[in-house]
Amino acid sequence: MTTNDIINPANLVYAKAPIMNDVPMHYCPGCSHGVVHKLIAEIIGDMDMQEKTIAIAPVGCGVFAYKYLDVDWQQAAHGRAPAVATAAKRLLPDRLVFTYQGDGDLAAIGTAETIHACNRGENIAIIFINNGIYGMTGGQMAPTTLGGMKSSTSPNGRTVPLNGHPLDITKLLAQLDGTCYVTRQAVHTIAAVRKTKKAIQKAFENSMAGKGTSIVEVVSTCSSGWKMTPEASNDWMVENMFPAYPLGDLKNE
Amino acid sequence: MSESKKHNTEEVRLMKGNEAIAHAAIRCGCDGYFGYPITPQSEIMETMMELEPWNTTGMVVLQAESETSSINMVYGAAGCGKKSMTSSSSPGVSLMQEGISYIAAGELPCLIVNVMRGGPGLGTIQPSQADYFQAVKGGGHGDYKLITLAPASVQEMADHTVLAFELAFKYRTPAMILADGIIGQMMEKVVLPPFQPRMTEAEIAEKCPWATLGKPAWRKPNIITTLSLDAHEMEETNIRLQAKYREIENNEVLYEEFLCDDAEYLVIGFGTCARVSQKAVEMCRAEGIKVGLLRPITLFPFPTVAISKHADKVKSMLTVEMSAGQMVEDVRLAVNGRVPVEFYGRMGGVVPSPDEVYEVLKSKLVNK
Repeated sequence: MTTNDIINPANLVYAKAPIMNDVPMHYCPGCSHGVVHKLIAEIIGDMDMQEKTIAIAPVGCGVFAYKYLDVDWQQAAHGRAPAVATAAKRLLPDRLVFTYQGDGDLAAIGTAETIHACNRGENIAIIFINNGIYGMTGGQMAPTTLGGMKSSTSPNGRTVPLNGHPLDITKLLAQLDGTCYVTRQAVHTIAAVRKTKKAIQKAFENSMAGKGTSIVEVVSTCSSGWKMTPEASNDWMVENMFPAYPLGDLKNE
Repeated sequence: MSESKKHNTEEVRLMKGNEAIAHAAIRCGCDGYFGYPITPQSEIMETMMELEPWNTTGMVVLQAESETSSINMVYGAAGCGKKSMTSSSSPGVSLMQEGISYIAAGELPCLIVNVMRGGPGLGTIQPSQADYFQAVKGGGHGDYKLITLAPASVQEMADHTVLAFELAFKYRTPAMILADGIIGQMMEKVVLPPFQPRMTEAEIAEKCPWATLGKPAWRKPNIITTLSLDAHEMEETNIRLQAKYREIENNEVLYEEFLCDDAEYLVIGFGTCARVSQKAVEMCRAEGIKVGLLRPITLFPFPTVAISKHADKVKSMLTVEMSAGQMVEDVRLAVNGRVPVEFYGRMGGVVPSPDEVYEVLKSKLVNK
């Protein structure tokens, strides 16, 4: 194959999703956010929903998601994204409304908003990045931090007497009658990325079909917060995060 | 009876102030109400649920899980350019302050109703005006202001609902109706505002080009955010907000005067305290004592200029409030030491009587 063959549009096998803005990303090397952003951009393009999308950004590392995806955004207060999304979707029912939230946002400060939006069965999709740590504020303990896991506010490792148990909020949300699709995925291998893409697409399709709330948890790495290389982070996630947060569908109706 | 007169007669209704707000909101094309029950204002959401406006105008009415959630639903709706509102009473409004700060920073129009009860803490369910500072000085974090309207009748509860939305959209800023529990609970005659259709999406896109309705190919994405990592950029945002508040101060001050032209003494009160004070002024006038009443209708912007002008004419002033003395500070700033400004207040849900105000007027102002 010659250079001319390679750059021939007919032979194109992959291109940047047009909805991905051509700007530098603030995410650290090895961070899962970038991959998930790309998947969302591809799906919105595939579904031809750019004109119909209202995305809700969180507080945390994902706060700047609005810089990277070329759709309308509202940046919510910490943890309040499901409440913000509720109103947007109720007032504009033909729009694709989704929230993009981390574990601190969704499972600590925003627990009430998350549970009640899901319990009402709001026709929104929730993309939940669970890396077991507060990335943006510098590696503090999250509700999903594993037992024994070190963070800047659990420097000797999380202990139950002091900090309680890791919160498997996704499992909890699967119990609610308002949720129609609850799944846990990852983006550490090509196969996993493909599965996550399918999951997010299904979540978006569910919300447009008015089936109720869909949650796609993506068990993720935070190499900066975990203080590991990107490669070591992936290995650590497989060994430690997956047993606590096993991948697969928790609910699929 | 002529047709128009007949129409007017039919429109006069007897209802509570809280109910008037619900009716007025539906009639003026409100798109969404999001709230959480709390005494003494629960009739607002109850009335809306009874009227089921989703079957007529298409308005969304939703009971949220908390005041925190309510105000963030308002944020989401307002970000889409929708006419949205919430209502609560003092402890609930405290819980909303985070969201109100975000709405002010995001420059989103909305209506927040606070039917005040006695505090601090869980306090009482009886009427109070002790949230004046919270309403007019900011309340949440950062430098921002709320357009604050202070109704003194059931009619004004209805009228201010319409006015608050107009001002909120004119300036892209949250507006608050700051009523006390009496104005919310008492029944009076009211003429409800005429029906206005809700804004269509095309109208929203035209009037609110910033609204997040979904990004068409021809424009840049609309992003509602309140975050700047650059301090200088954030200062620019603040400068823009402050310029807007100065414009509001220059254009939107509302107040009412009662027997002020020849007044030697001036009473200042808002909401229920204005009505109690009016009675006391009448009692003084019956004795030939020249007392007038100034009732601020907007608390932000405050009628500073009007009060300042009176400071050149009267011997002394008295503010009457259901608080430990909050508005009196703004009156004293306006007067700037030119005449004495006395204060009389009751707290914790106790309402002053006209006799009490009459006695204070005589002892603190006239016979001093």
